[in-house]
Amino acid sequence: MASTIRVRATSNGDTTEVQALIQHPMDSGFVKDAKGEIIPPHFIQQLTFEYDGKNVFAADWGGGVSKDPYVKFAFKGGKKGDDLKISWVDNKGATDTTTAKIQ
Amino acid sequence: MNMTDTRFSTPRRLILQGIGAVALVGLGNIPFVSAAFAAANDKYPEDAFKAKTEADAIKALYGKPAEASDKVKLDAPEIAENGAVVPVSVTTTLPDVTSISFLVSENPVVLVASYKIPAGTMPSVANRIKMAKTSNVIVVVEAGGKVYSTTKEVKVTVGGCGG
Repeated sequence: MASTIRVRATSNGDTTEVQALIQHPMDSGFVKDAKGEIIPPHFIQQLTFEYDGKNVFAADWGGGVSKDPYVKFAFKGGKKGDDLKISWVDNKGATDTTTAKIQ
Repeated sequence: MNMTDTRFSTPRRLILQGIGAVALVGLGNIPFVSAAFAAANDKYPEDAFKAKTEADAIKALYGKPAEASDKVKLDAPEIAENGAVVPVSVTTTLPDVTSISFLVSENPVVLVASYKIPAGTMPSVANRIKMAKTSNVIVVVEAGGKVYSTTKEVKVTVGGCGG
């Protein structure tokens, strides 16, 4: 299966800017479906970005983050061609991990 | 002296055996605990995500209330047509930022997202959040052990949290 995570990490020599887009329903547990039944909560709880063996960014998310979440941040350092590792885990214990090359 | 020694040694041996048993039970638990920690890296702030008011959520996250600061710049739309996707971003000139959190005061779960900012990462985050209705968006920044916040009202035409 293709990865749920799409990442673009670009270095300008000094800092690396990271944009990530993840495919996930992010159901909050407050929305009803067409039959009026509550859609049970299903959302990513933790998302981490790792570079050179260190966490450079970590997110704790609730159901209030939009469907197919997007996040953008930047960190000092990061060389073109180096790996950035991204992983998430949701409230049902599902996970996904991917590695992106810094451009 | 001999007498007292033997009298003490029995309970001591019992105690030692007890400690051994506890240690064994403890060892059995360790793989479990470390696996959970490895998966989670840092503990998910369960309590903060249950809070019904922004004050409770901020307290659960940071242990103290936030003070308003104009050094925290929150960028959010005046009017959001679709409450399911509201782009918000924050930057700050405060030094030593360790954490940034987004809250929506009228959402059923007030806390939306909380980010850890390790040393070397810029104190700037952009993301997209859901808003049930017109409400204040609050951004909390932890910097140098202190907690700061900025608030902006976003008008929502179509809510993104209810049916």
